[in-house]
Amino acid sequence: MATAVPVDVTERETYLNSGYGIKSWLLTRDHKRIAILYLLSVTLFFFIGGFFALLIRLELLTPAGDLVQSDTYNKLFTMHGQVMVFFFLIPAVPAVLGNFLIPIMIGARDLAFPRINLLSWYLYIAGGLLMVYTILAGGVDTGWTFYTPLSTEFLKTDVITAAIAIFIAGFSSILTGLNFIVTIHRMRAPGMTWDRLPLFVWSHYATSIIQVLGTPVVAITLVLVALERLLHLGIFNPALGGDPLLFQHLFWFYSHPAVYIMILPGMGIVSEIVCCFSRKRIFGYKAMALAVLAIAVLGFLVWAHHMFVAGISVYSALVFSLLSYFVAVPSAVKVFNWTSTMYKGSITYQTPMLYAFGFIGLFTIGGLTGLFLACLGIDVHVTDTYFVVAHFHYVMVGGMVLAYLAGLHFWWPKITGRMYPEGWGKLAALIVFIGFNLTFFPQFILGYMGMPRRYHAYPAEFQVLNVLSTAGATILAVGYLLPMVYFVWSIRYGKPAPANPWNAAGLEWQVPSPPPTSNFEEQPIVTWEAYNYEELGEIPDQQEVPVGH
Amino acid sequence: MATNEAAAIVPHEEPNPALLHHFVTEEQQKNAASLGMWLFLAQEVMFFGGMFCAYLVYRYKYFGDFGSASQTLNIWYGAINTAVLLCSSLTVVLAVRAAQLNKRKALTMWLVFTILLGLVFLGVKGIEYKEKFENHHVPGPSFAYHGTVPSHPDQQVNPRHAEIYFSLYFAMTGMHALHMIIGVGLFGTLAVWAWRGKYSANYYTPIENAGLYWHFVDIVWIYLFPLLYLIDRHR
Amino acid sequence: MTEHSNASQNTATPHEHISSIGSSVAIWIVLLICTALTAGVAFIDLGPLNTIVALTIATFKAILVVLFFMHVKYTHEKLTGLVIVSAIFFLFLLLTLSMADYTTRLWH
Repeated sequence: MATAVPVDVTERETYLNSGYGIKSWLLTRDHKRIAILYLLSVTLFFFIGGFFALLIRLELLTPAGDLVQSDTYNKLFTMHGQVMVFFFLIPAVPAVLGNFLIPIMIGARDLAFPRINLLSWYLYIAGGLLMVYTILAGGVDTGWTFYTPLSTEFLKTDVITAAIAIFIAGFSSILTGLNFIVTIHRMRAPGMTWDRLPLFVWSHYATSIIQVLGTPVVAITLVLVALERLLHLGIFNPALGGDPLLFQHLFWFYSHPAVYIMILPGMGIVSEIVCCFSRKRIFGYKAMALAVLAIAVLGFLVWAHHMFVAGISVYSALVFSLLSYFVAVPSAVKVFNWTSTMYKGSITYQTPMLYAFGFIGLFTIGGLTGLFLACLGIDVHVTDTYFVVAHFHYVMVGGMVLAYLAGLHFWWPKITGRMYPEGWGKLAALIVFIGFNLTFFPQFILGYMGMPRRYHAYPAEFQVLNVLSTAGATILAVGYLLPMVYFVWSIRYGKPAPANPWNAAGLEWQVPSPPPTSNFEEQPIVTWEAYNYEELGEIPDQQEVPVGH
Repeated sequence: MATNEAAAIVPHEEPNPALLHHFVTEEQQKNAASLGMWLFLAQEVMFFGGMFCAYLVYRYKYFGDFGSASQTLNIWYGAINTAVLLCSSLTVVLAVRAAQLNKRKALTMWLVFTILLGLVFLGVKGIEYKEKFENHHVPGPSFAYHGTVPSHPDQQVNPRHAEIYFSLYFAMTGMHALHMIIGVGLFGTLAVWAWRGKYSANYYTPIENAGLYWHFVDIVWIYLFPLLYLIDRHR
Repeated sequence: MTEHSNASQNTATPHEHISSIGSSVAIWIVLLICTALTAGVAFIDLGPLNTIVALTIATFKAILVVLFFMHVKYTHEKLTGLVIVSAIFFLFLLLTLSMADYTTRLWH
């Protein structure tokens, strides 16, 4: 099927030309079109969140508070966190790439519940609009974590609308996860057994478990926060007999596993790309599949390591510290197996692979510094310093965002039917990598030296490293804008993509680029194992691919 | 309506009109809907779980205060409402059965009975809430509480701790009542469609899934009843 | 809507369990008796046992509803059980690991 009958791209019916006009998009139930809707909206929120990051870095260029004062600065880092976490990091990979690819990868015509899929997008947009309203109405300054009683009792900003916005976006996330689990269980093509599933699908399955079982807890917690603020209840307010630590328990019960909602789909992307550009079967398929499930479950057992200095019992802190180390085991299995997959592979260095390299290295640094923080003694020293900020940005930006960019490049030919310019792609990957490290590596040092997070002013001795960080952020911004430009350019001017430009394994490469609305002309029957690269040969040189056949 | 019922009796060679395009078989579609509903209920377990966690923590911390506050609730309201909900669960079971047997009128009737029982529950709940308002047991500026710890009659209850009990009481029963209201609305819609003959032995997934939802809401109450009304009365 | 569906693969709906009126009513009566029992026991002072008895009866009732009213006993689908067990397991994690903090604090 990879060498399918030549069909002219302009005449063949695809999901893109099957209907025109705004209604054909806003009322669509096609998972591929909904993925495009998500792509546009998460990109918008990424740049809103990025704008706040830019202002934060600009303010931190100098030790004094010259660009903004502390009140505004509190709002900047809060809005940056809330927009990025709830409206970009959590939905981005599952709702864009997962939505587009999972049905095709398992040989289905659509997700199990197309209407619920569209509903998810509308919920996301409803939450997003409420968030935008909150921003325009002056923003919130609770920190992205909504800690009580600060959020419920003392702040004058629009905490309730922000909480409701995230509540609504949470249900979007729950429904996406629910849809994925049912789809993966019920919609697989004949022969697509569990041990033939691409690891991308496995990692989304694990992610969905967290989305379905974790998100409701933060949803009800935010309801309680909103009620407490509205009616002056005392559930989380120590002045009224409540316990603020209970809020933190409930919040982190979701929000720590939420980190795995962000990173697990990224791990799935990297598994696909590492195999393709090493031309090898994944090393230890079963271990890789088990590892994502293990991360999903163990991720629920570690939340109180966010609360070591908050006053929880020392005994439970000990247990949570130990459990936190356990998550490192399956995470390390992933890193070892990617490395082993590359060993003696015939590696080529296309853009997706460059991002995947970046992911593996940066995720490893982010993960290892996580072990520092899981250690009680070190955590006391670096809690609420820039060390923590650097750590989670290594996982979320160095990990998740790089994986997202890797996936976008890898599947861009499939999604749009056009090749992106490879030279520019490599350049952007390099810029992102350099900019990222220059932004966040100095923050490890700053944090270790004791610079606390969430302050707009700092002692002069920290300035050099902060200038480096701001310079890095500027480079990083260029690295993000560049793909924006050439992706948009490629939609019109890019070379038409063949069905399988990378000669990659997986059902999604056996359908035309872009795929037809129903994905498959007839139901595929899978008779091969995942990642059968030894049967596929080399990646064709892009210059020689017979474009449009 | 008549054609629909006839179609159920004849073994259908033609594709069932309720089969959506992206499913291969009806069985696949039905299994997908059922799994989706169960996952939704799992989500609901965790949604209520957050409040159960808060209840557990404060019951541990403020044991005597919770016992005293719990005694102000009227067991009979709770027990009657439990019975009402159990009756409505039975009518839901009978509604699903009627759908499976292609009995349109019986299906509609059992759905209407379910709605009525749901409304009775909400009515009783309303009476209870009204009493709370009158007794100043609603958390907020007008809250007032005087009482002693059940096992230590000389020990005064801290009204702030009692207020937390009532905050959780209203949060949990309120969220439960909200689910009841959604359920009543759901069954209202389904009853109209059932009367119009939309459901048959071939296709009754919405009835079955709404039924699962209703049973789940029943189970939440099965736990709320002892936790809020019963278990702290003597200590 | 059905133009893509493969008619030859259409099989009749598998035999669903149809609950008999008798057994449903029997379960319902047991549930009502349990409700009366748990309400009655609450008036007797059993010390710590009051809590245990009340929660045991509640769990018994919940199991009856799940197994019989929600048809889990009759389903051939193992996945339903898995979903239920996972939900209870994760709820258990939330409750026990939170309580692990509160019950071992050295300060109050």
